[in-house]
Amino acid sequence: MSSLGELRSLAVGRKGGPKVKERKPDNKAAYLFLAPWLLGVVAFTIGPMLASLYLSFTDYNLLKSPIRNPPPFVGFENYELMFRDPSFWNSFRVTVEYVLVSVPLQLGVALGLALLLDRGMRGLSFYRSIFYLPSLLGGSVAIAILWRQVFGKDGIFNGFLAIFGIDAPGWIGHPDYALWTIIVLHVWTFGSPMVIFLAGLRQIPEMFYEAAAVDGAGRWRRFRSITLPLLTPIIFFNLVLQIIFAFQTFTQAYVVSGGTGGPADSTMFYTLFLYRTGFLQYDMGYASAMAWFLLVVIAAFTAFNFWLSKFWVFYDD
Amino acid sequence: MTTETALPPLATRPPARSRASYRRRRILTSIGKHAGLTLLSLVMVYPLLWLVISSFKPNDLIFRDLSLFTTNLTIENYVNGWNDLQYPFWVFLLNSSILAFGAILGNLISCSLAAYAFARLKFTGRPILFAIMLMTIMLPFQVVLVPQFTIFKELGWLNTFLPLLVPKFLATDAFFVFLMVQFIRGLPKEIFEAARIDGAGHFRSFTQITLPLMVPALATTAIFTFIWTWSDFFGPLIYLRLPETFPAAVALKGFLDVQSSSDFGSMFAMSVVSLVPLFVVFLVGQRYLIKGIATTGIK
Repeated sequence: MSSLGELRSLAVGRKGGPKVKERKPDNKAAYLFLAPWLLGVVAFTIGPMLASLYLSFTDYNLLKSPIRNPPPFVGFENYELMFRDPSFWNSFRVTVEYVLVSVPLQLGVALGLALLLDRGMRGLSFYRSIFYLPSLLGGSVAIAILWRQVFGKDGIFNGFLAIFGIDAPGWIGHPDYALWTIIVLHVWTFGSPMVIFLAGLRQIPEMFYEAAAVDGAGRWRRFRSITLPLLTPIIFFNLVLQIIFAFQTFTQAYVVSGGTGGPADSTMFYTLFLYRTGFLQYDMGYASAMAWFLLVVIAAFTAFNFWLSKFWVFYDD
Repeated sequence: MTTETALPPLATRPPARSRASYRRRRILTSIGKHAGLTLLSLVMVYPLLWLVISSFKPNDLIFRDLSLFTTNLTIENYVNGWNDLQYPFWVFLLNSSILAFGAILGNLISCSLAAYAFARLKFTGRPILFAIMLMTIMLPFQVVLVPQFTIFKELGWLNTFLPLLVPKFLATDAFFVFLMVQFIRGLPKEIFEAARIDGAGHFRSFTQITLPLMVPALATTAIFTFIWTWSDFFGPLIYLRLPETFPAAVALKGFLDVQSSSDFGSMFAMSVVSLVPLFVVFLVGQRYLIKGIATTGIK
């Protein structure tokens, strides 16, 4: 079960795993084993979370030590500035557009290929390896550098189009297309969700298909009534997690645009804008406000996804 | 389901006459499928192949001749690229390696300890702590970024590897805790019962039974940690500002900054160098990678 699945069953109130015989709790041993994690959660997660919430209401400048001169409390000023800042809304729009296009596209390709590759297919592990390789390399700077050249004016993509006599612009340098090159990069890394789908497909009992075939169900009918419903929880978990991760895209946008978010701010992703505000303009109060707004947006997207899941995700429980 | 299942499915069986044509159609579909998949595989790896080939081409040929087939190969780019930045490239590779192996060590120790507690021990506050652990996997890191940076800055840790390594020893990569919890839960309970009856305490049960049995989960953790640390860009970008502390990922950025020279060959060559370790890990650890993704459902 995925981490989201666990959370869901905790929320629904079902106990994960078989019941162990009632034993006295081993608090001492348990907290010893947990000590590093607990320290990490307090010092690097919960503590900083609360601190950044507080800092988002202050005028915290990176150049001033917050211990020697505590940043002045400014109320909602950072949020007001942020909501009136067209650059902020631009970065938000760019990121939402990226998330809404690239995630479904990538998952669609991953699902399609998983279905094509499933069950006793010859050469399965070969194809799986080839398709998985890009998702392993895709997060690295080297690949983002490569992407700049693939979709540059004289890149291989235009070289390919030239075969058909199409004279195309430099995609990376064009404000209308630069974002699309990053979307293509994301779709290119469809391998890892594909592997998850393949594992999910393998868990569907062969028996179901045999029974359906005996009942005279055709291929399409078996897909519609068996494969798809049983796969919906996996599609759902992939969707939720990929959306959360896609909102935080940084490296690709940074490298492809040379750190500027250009051309014309068309690849100014939310996290890139946050980085520039906090670490290049030293306005950490504003950056903290942006971080909390991001958390709220991601939480809202996730909650909406969960609500929507009632209508299409099939749980066999 | 209907009650007619007892009847032989005559209707679905093709008549004998057309069985040969039926088989021929299946073979044709299969060939079509393989042709399509092979073509797609080619498209997928083409940029990578082009990168590798281009890194061996003379600079002025890289964009003039986009094909993969060329006889004009040279290792000049590697020689130039190695020494193009402020320090020879091995410095950056060494930094990347220190970061990656430090992170692997930290994750293996801290995550397995936490996972043992979550998977095997009963304790007060377990459900809430477990839920917190799961939620931290999904928490966008930006929300802890500013205070974390402030902590490390005040500690005087900027331009050292500590901000990138210390958190790993405190199990902040909760994803791996979860991966190991899943694995330990799947081990047969009887082994642990037997150990307990034989008088093994939790420490022994952890070191002598759990750890040896969870080697596959540890391998998956090590491999993923390697890949993520090796490719990590944001962390080093904010914490490391001195060129001698750069890992390869940040050093590569240097080629973009001095793009005026348009020395694409060197940039490509060092890009390839920085990808080689990832590729080797892919070849060696593929089995663990694919299992790891499949069982935990993330990345």
